Parts: sequence; structure tokens; C-alpha cells
Amino acid sequence: MGRKLLLEHINVPGINTFDVYRSKGGYAAVEKAIKNMSPEEIVEEVKKSGLRGRGGAGFPTGMKWSFLAKPEGVARYLVCNADESEPGTFKDRYLMTYIPHLLIEGMIVASFALGANTSYIYVRGEMMPQIRILERAIAEAKAKGFLGKNILGSGYDLELYVQPGGGAYICGEETALLESLEGKRGNPRIKPPFPAIAGLYGCPTVVNNVESIAAVVPIINEGGDEYAKLGIGRSTGTKLISAGGNLKKPGVYEIDLGLPVEEFLYSDEYCGGIANGKRLKAVVAGGSSVPILPANLFLKTINNEPRLMSYESLADGGFVSGTMMGSGGFIAYDEDQCIVRNTWNFTRFYHHESCGQCSPCREGTGWMEKVLHRLEYGHGKMSDMDLLVDVSKKIEGNTICPLGDAAAWPVASAIRHFRDEFEWHVTNPSAAIAGNYGLAHYADPLPKLEEKVA
Amino acid sequence: MKVTIDGIPVEVEPGTSILNAARQIGGDIVPPAMCYYSKLEGSGGKCRTCLVKVSKGSEKDPRPMPKLVASCRTTVMDGMEVQNITSPEVVEARKGVVEMLLLNHPLDCPVCDQAGECHLQDLGFEHGAAKTRYEFDRRTFEKIDIGDKIQLHMTRCILCYRCVFTADQITNTRLHGILNRGDHSEISTYITKAVDNDFSGNIIDVCPVGALTDKTFRFKNRVWFTKPVDAHRDCDKCCGKTTLWYKGEDVIRVTGRKDVYGEVEEFICNTCRFDKKKTADWVIEGPRKVSHKSVISSNHYEFTPLPVVKTNPVLMEANKEQFERDTRL
Repeated sequence: MGRKLLLEHINVPGINTFDVYRSKGGYAAVEKAIKNMSPEEIVEEVKKSGLRGRGGAGFPTGMKWSFLAKPEGVARYLVCNADESEPGTFKDRYLMTYIPHLLIEGMIVASFALGANTSYIYVRGEMMPQIRILERAIAEAKAKGFLGKNILGSGYDLELYVQPGGGAYICGEETALLESLEGKRGNPRIKPPFPAIAGLYGCPTVVNNVESIAAVVPIINEGGDEYAKLGIGRSTGTKLISAGGNLKKPGVYEIDLGLPVEEFLYSDEYCGGIANGKRLKAVVAGGSSVPILPANLFLKTINNEPRLMSYESLADGGFVSGTMMGSGGFIAYDEDQCIVRNTWNFTRFYHHESCGQCSPCREGTGWMEKVLHRLEYGHGKMSDMDLLVDVSKKIEGNTICPLGDAAAWPVASAIRHFRDEFEWHVTNPSAAIAGNYGLAHYADPLPKLEEKVA
Repeated sequence: MKVTIDGIPVEVEPGTSILNAARQIGGDIVPPAMCYYSKLEGSGGKCRTCLVKVSKGSEKDPRPMPKLVASCRTTVMDGMEVQNITSPEVVEARKGVVEMLLLNHPLDCPVCDQAGECHLQDLGFEHGAAKTRYEFDRRTFEKIDIGDKIQLHMTRCILCYRCVFTADQITNTRLHGILNRGDHSEISTYITKAVDNDFSGNIIDVCPVGALTDKTFRFKNRVWFTKPVDAHRDCDKCCGKTTLWYKGEDVIRVTGRKDVYGEVEEFICNTCRFDKKKTADWVIEGPRKVSHKSVISSNHYEFTPLPVVKTNPVLMEANKEQFERDTRL
């Protein structure tokens, strides 16, 4: 069993209250950081830890912090991105619900490291209970002197605010989040300038995912080097995975990066295999926006090596035969699931959530949704698959923010790997409505597929 | 700073965008812009038609940029090399963007007042495909009067946000904005209010398509039957420099003076635009030069040949199709 850093005390009754959290060693990182460390040392520790952004892109957090511009006399801000709305991802909500003080503690340490005196936690509007939990936790921490003026007598002031969003997926994009936080329409900004130079209210800003900020706590407690010993290669530390879909034991799991996917999927310690004795057909490894993979390609890379849960191993093979770590929204599909319907459902989501600012995404997502709807309901044509691939290519990379890419990748990958199933929907429309394509060859051993790819 | 666009070097001020650097060169290598408007701060970056490829970032950091960039919002670096029409990737991407822009556009050009001076029409003609691959219903909206003399036909809108920026920056109150999101977005005043401001008429001039039209001109005439004449008057609100559009002896429309990129030189007030429609109100300066590409010039005034492409063999080769079309015209 891997070591747990974030969820170590998750099962302690009352861990959501200050006193219990404190008795389990909570807020030690704040004491250590504020009393014994300089902001530069903290940034250095985080750099050493090799922590990578847990929100999806996997950008090294320490690097991000060191890019923050520090002009004289201008406020700096830390914003926590808790606008978790990727289909399949629910780790941040879990963390905020059960162990809110971990996030508060991370926010204090990170704000201190960045020299921010005002920090925000931008929470998705639908998470009303979590907003209340966080506000209660902030009030508790403030009463004990961990927030507010002159924290622990160090002369450092920090105000922490929780800001509910309106429930838009696009506001999870960092610049759209900042716009929304400023009270404007949540449209992504055109970069450059990057938030590290001109972010919230035009001031230098760092936007981090909930899990990235929470992970700062064990890094400070144990040191960056210790943290970097966990994991594999450039994927250091532990990661929360929101496992969902047709699994025996869905839920949030903390894993050491580098765990073989086979172990994660089938061992009783984690997901416990596929529910109801079915077989695995496909996996979306990191939330709805990453490419979907058939079972055989997911368990083994194209070179027939076992795939690991790490940023590098999941991306092995690029977009031809790999996927991405993303935000850790692990969705497993059993043999009864229809990939066409799933792709349509994802695209419907992106169509609904596109902000409408730039034309390829605004028009293209709607177009893809309509074509996929037609395919799913038996009115498709053989040319639709090529059309979808072409439209997704026209969107990918041509938009202001990554939502366009996120909408394009699942469609392109589903057609790349499951073309047979799409074609079957066209050739057997009535059968496609009544039943589904089944497992077919998607779990067959790999070499066969290698021939097909070549 | 020295920038090279499609093989043509140009010296520009630091802080210039790639698009404006290209406009200093002029000719065919200027990327088309549907949402960028040089007089409006913060405009641009949305329509994605001006995408270009940066094949060399700068003298210091020669790495190419990983993605195509919006030239209207990317500032130049010293030694930057940009490919526009010489890059097949850019041409392909632009074709895709034009297709997307036209997906929900009604293509009702035969009954649209903007026809003939519509940027989307030009763009579709130059870069678009002859047929659409879209086989679904287009989104439609009711026409609304968002001002006393301004009609909004949202169905035609391409959501360039120019009118929003105009209302923010030229007028002192903005009463309209973008509602909803995605392809349900629409321009509206939300609680039905009238856009009422001395400079509100400028949102008609900045609109690249026929979504915002002048109600005093609607269905009066096709623009190519009218003759543009520069004129001015002593106005206490604005510069008073306008273009009058004559049909026979009548002034049927007054607009700002638009340059070769369709941008007004100076914004004008509503009194000049809507109320002064007699020749006696104006001092006539002479006929307005209209781009030779425009259908408005098809039967009058002189035109100049393309400056750049005709002298550059590399560009001629790369842009053969375009060149043939231009010389044919």
C-alpha cells in the first residue's frame, strides 16, 4: 500500500474541525514555514519536490511560483482554482468536504511563499455545501490566529476569501476564472500577458488547483526531497484519482504516481476490478477532455510495456496510442457501454460549456454534437467520421483557451480507436439503437493492434 | 524592430502587433480581421481569422511558436519571422475558421444591407469553400430594434464584440452586451432598453456583417448603386468628417470614412449620421476612393494595382490562386 500524504487522516472522526485536525499534526506546516523559513526557501522546497500542477496541464508548481513577477508596491494574489467541473473528476470536492483545513493550511503556506496578503478560493457555484464548510474552516482558523492580522506573531497578514462561481466549466480556465472573480463575464483572456505578470485586477497572480495547494503541506512538513522520493521519474509524489464508471469500488484514491494501471484497476486495495464480472472495454484516464483509450492500449503501451499511472507513461505514444494524466478523472467503461453515445455525451457537455468567445469552439462544438447525435440515433453516414475528425482538427489549437482542445481530443481519439463501432452505428442503425457493439476486439492482446496501426 | 512577414522585411515600433506590421507592408499578406478594430482597445483575438504561423520567435529566441497565433494580439519581437499566406497550415486553418463563421450565418446576402461592403462576404469569397458541410438548422433570432435608428438582426452576428467595445469606449453608457454563452450567445439589451446615445450609431459602422443596420437606410438601396462622396460639416459633437452615399441626387446614407480595412477614420455622432441628409447640410470634398476589390468600385473611380504580390516571385507562386483571381477582376 502506498503512503498517503493528503488523505492520511481522512477517516478520523471530526477531522473537518480545527481541533481534531490540529491534534493530528495539522497546521505544523504553517508554523514551520512562517517561523523558520523564508518565502524563497518555500518556493525552493516546492521546486525540489517536483510537484506538478494537479489541475490537468501538469505544469511544475515551483516553476510557476518562481515566474511570478514581483514589482514593488503592487499586490500579489494567490487564487485557488476549486471550480472543479470536469466530467469524471471529483477529487477536489472530496478533499474540501472531508478535510477542508488541509486546503486552508496549504493556502496559508503558499500565500506566504508568494507574498500574497489576500487570497481567494474560487469554488464552483454548485458546491454550496463545500463553500459553507470552507467558510466555517476559515472562521475557525482565524479564531485560532492562523489567519488575519499578524499570523503567529510573525507580522504576516493574510485574508482568505471563498468566492462562489456561477457554475460554468469555462471558469476553471485560469484567466476566465480571474475575469469571473473580478465580477465580469467569464471569458478567457487572450494570453500573453500571463497571470504571473498581469492577473487578478492587473496584478501578478498565481492560480493553482486545490490538490496542488494541499500537496504543499506534506512538502513543507517533510521537505521537498522526501516528497520527490515518492513517484517515478518526473512524476513525483502522490495523486488523487477520482475513479468512476463501471468499477466495483469507485471513489477517490490517493496513489503513488508510477503505480501500474493494472494494479490500480484490479487490486482490491483500489478499484477492485470491473463491476458485475464484466470485462473492461475502454478507459478515459484523466477526465473527459483527455483521449479515450481501448482496454488493450490502456493496459499496455504500444511497445507492450505495462502502463503506469504517471504523467509520462500515460502520455506514452503521444496522441496516436497514448492519453494524458489530466486531472485524474478515471472513468472505466465495461463491455456494455457505447462509445458513440459516450462521445456524444462529452461533446454535448463541451457544446453547452463553450463560452462563445472565439469562433472555432463556439460553432465547432455544436456541429460535432449534432453529427454525433445523428450517428448515435441511427441517421449517420459513413462520411461523418471523417467529417468529425476534420472538424476536431479545425478546432484544436486554433482557439484562445484549451477548451477547444479539450472538446476536440475525445472525439478525435474515439474515432481513431473505435472507428469500427462508429461504422457499425451507420451500417446497423436499428441494432445500434436497441443494443450495443459490445467488447469486440478492444481488449485483444496488443500485437494485433500494432499491425492495424502500422 | 525588424520583422519579416512572408519574406518581406519591415521596420516597426516595439509593441506593434503582427497584424499592424503586416498592414504597414500592405497588400495580400495582411491577415484578414473580423473582430480586431485598431481604434478599439482590447478588441481582437476572438474570430481567429488572422491566425498566422510564427516560424522564428525572435533573434534572441529563434524557436518557432508551437501553435498558430492570433496576429492581431501578438506583439512583434525583433527578428521575428512570420508566415501568413506562404504557410499551407495557416491557409488551411483560416479556411476552417471561415467555415465555422459561416456555419450559423444565414447567407441572406441578397436581402442584406451589408452586402457589397461585408467583411464576411469578402472573407468567404477569398478563403471559404464553395459548399458547406453543415447539414443542420441554423440558429435564428427575432430582429429587434436596439435603438431608435438601429436594428439588430442577431441571426447574422458573428460575435466579434466590436459593438460592445465601441459602446464601452466611444459612448459614455453601454446598454447592450453579450448574453448567454456558446452558440446561444446573443447581443441584447437584456431588459428591453433602447441604446440611446449621441455616438451609438457607430456600432453600425464597426459591425463587420449586417447584424447592426441603419434603419434610415434599410432596404433603400444596394451599396453598389450608390456613390460615396467625402464631405464635412461643422459639428459641435464630433469631427463632422463623413462619407455621404448618394443615389442620384439624394443622400441616402451617411457613414464615417472607412479606410481600406473597413475601419472608420474618426467616429461620428448620430446627428451627422441620421439627421443631416441634405446636400445643403454638407461641404462636399470630392469622390471617395474605394478599394478596387470592392463591388462598390465596380463601375466607378480609379484603382491601384496590388503593390506587393506583383513584384515578388515567391509570393506569386505561393499565392497563385489568389493572384489569378485578383488579376482576373
